[in-house]
Amino acid sequence: MAEHKKFEAKNGTVLGWFDRRYPLVSTWNEHVGEYYAPKNFNFWYFFGSLALLVLVNQFVTGIWLTMSYKPSAAEAFNSVEYIMRDVEWGWLIRYMHSTGASAFFIVIYLHMMRGLMYGSYKEPRELVWIIGMLLFLVLMAEAFMGYLLPWGQMSYWGAQVIISLFGAIPLVGPDLALWVRGDYIISDATLNRFFALHVIALPLVLLILVFMHIVALHKVGSNNPDGIEIKKVKNNQGLPKDGIPFHPYYSVKDSMGAVFFAIPFALIVFYWPEGGGFFIEPPNFEPANPLKTPEHIAPVWYFTPFYAILRAVPDKFLGVVAMGAAIMFLFAMPWLDRCKVRSIRYRGLSFKLLLAMFVISFIILGYLGTQPATATLTLLAQIFTATYFLFFLILPYTSAREKTKPVPERVR
Amino acid sequence: MSIEENKNSSVDLKRRRILTGATGVVGAAGATFLAVPFVSSWQPSEKAKAAGAPVNADISKLQPGQMLTVEWRGKPVWIVRRTPEMLAALPKLDEELRDPASSESDQPQYCQNATRAVKEEYLVVVGVCTHLGCAPLYRPAIGSPDVGEDWQGGFFCPCHGSRFDLAGRVFKAVPAPTNLEIPPYHFVTDSIVRIGEGPAQGGVA
Ligand code: HEM
Ligand code: FES
Repeated sequence: MAEHKKFEAKNGTVLGWFDRRYPLVSTWNEHVGEYYAPKNFNFWYFFGSLALLVLVNQFVTGIWLTMSYKPSAAEAFNSVEYIMRDVEWGWLIRYMHSTGASAFFIVIYLHMMRGLMYGSYKEPRELVWIIGMLLFLVLMAEAFMGYLLPWGQMSYWGAQVIISLFGAIPLVGPDLALWVRGDYIISDATLNRFFALHVIALPLVLLILVFMHIVALHKVGSNNPDGIEIKKVKNNQGLPKDGIPFHPYYSVKDSMGAVFFAIPFALIVFYWPEGGGFFIEPPNFEPANPLKTPEHIAPVWYFTPFYAILRAVPDKFLGVVAMGAAIMFLFAMPWLDRCKVRSIRYRGLSFKLLLAMFVISFIILGYLGTQPATATLTLLAQIFTATYFLFFLILPYTSAREKTKPVPERVR
Repeated sequence: MSIEENKNSSVDLKRRRILTGATGVVGAAGATFLAVPFVSSWQPSEKAKAAGAPVNADISKLQPGQMLTVEWRGKPVWIVRRTPEMLAALPKLDEELRDPASSESDQPQYCQNATRAVKEEYLVVVGVCTHLGCAPLYRPAIGSPDVGEDWQGGFFCPCHGSRFDLAGRVFKAVPAPTNLEIPPYHFVTDSIVRIGEGPAQGGVA
């Protein structure tokens, strides 16, 4: 590795002038120039920076959409059509935003998968994981509220179902649902407040959480595919021997990742923007009709695993509880998994099987959530809901007794 | 005077604690009051509350077995003209229903009867699934293909598969917990139903 030259601001330069008044160089060094990350990052480590990229895409295209969109029940649907047909390049900006939402979830699910495989949620990264889970929750709320805005049939009935979930809570439920809607039905009032939350309140929360996520990560340092703590083996300068500075090593790697991501993303935006009915669902090309539910309603694909769990339980309140628990259990991962070894590379067979079972259940539930609830499919959904939860219930026992492989001192 | 000296001599820690405590208490009370307008502003507005006027529906052209949808308070209300066969099938279903006598369900008292209606022939019901609020589909035919072979006719909710009979009563083992809601209504004449107003509030039943 080439000798690292310290980046400093010289007196008498413009940078020097600023640096005396603002911690430019020290911040850069701490978080980029001299932020040491493990040298063995692989494919799975692209998705954090890609999530940032998609976040920026959502912000920029979202701000531009706001310039032509009208948040009222009377005008919303037509204003979206106006964006698609009459606004210069409006169709591209809208498709970048709607496809961006799906891309966000693809990236985030892979990002979370990396965390599960390499045990990135374990001590000392519990807070990185928990802040990440909060990001996931806020992101789901953000996507849900955004989906109401075009005021199509699926927007309307999707929101009707999800807001009614609050109504299932004993005692306070019905009043809570009324409070969220601001009306006895989903109406102009609901649309207007969702717009406010979607364009300003939740994006702000997301931004703050992303900042905290990275601050927490940089305090403890990144994990890696071997799950080895690189801070344990340091050279005579006190730098981790298995670490390399984020810049230029990972800034170059992540930029490359951004380009590899941007190419298929652009292809989808141009040639397949509705994602075969998964990114924008067909009923949403019809304006909202409060008197008629579409014959088959399903949420957008990224919610379907949780939706399938909701439907699998033949009881209104317990269904909502199960859906909530499906997400809450993930928060507890740092404590449910009691194995000291982080990475799946050195873990026992039981963990590999359990994780495989979990991922397969999640994917199958995701598929079932897109399908009508026939008797057979409901039974399947019940089986895979059970295996989904079994992962969290069995893990604390097996992980405490797991036969692991020896973990090497240094990364490979 | 350095801070160090300060600590030992003249800083009145007790006074600081009292001031902090008092500011905290008064501030928390103020914040609670301040939260009231923000939380309340999400409640339905006066305009939304006022939009609940009763509506009239003309049923003179409704054929036996047909259904009519009218909008009341932004929700669909269905009027089904039930045939004698449909009515005859109702009591036979009691075993398969979650709440056959409608004791846990929402309806005006004058409709808590075997057919859940003012006049047996006409079912007037809010078309909002008691599960999560979708509008169920009217599936009057026996053995409707998307519901099942032993289906006796009724309503099927496409969202999560809840099923209701032709009196809006919910079947067992579906996610909806209660029967469909019956709104207050009365017959103004033989061919006009007024929805949103019970018989006591206006006219005869
Ligand atoms: C807006 C959403 C998110 C953004 C922008 C984001 C961004 C990032 C970035 C830039 C990194 C460092 C690069 C990398 O390790 O890939 C990272 C690491 C991490 N993130 Fe996220 N993240 C988001 C959501 C989440 C979620 C939903 C979770 C899981 C619950 C999560 C868990 C983690 C963990 C555990 C790490 C450390 C991984 C390791 O060191 O092995 N993040 N995140
Ligand atoms: S809304 Fe009707 S079954 Fe869920």
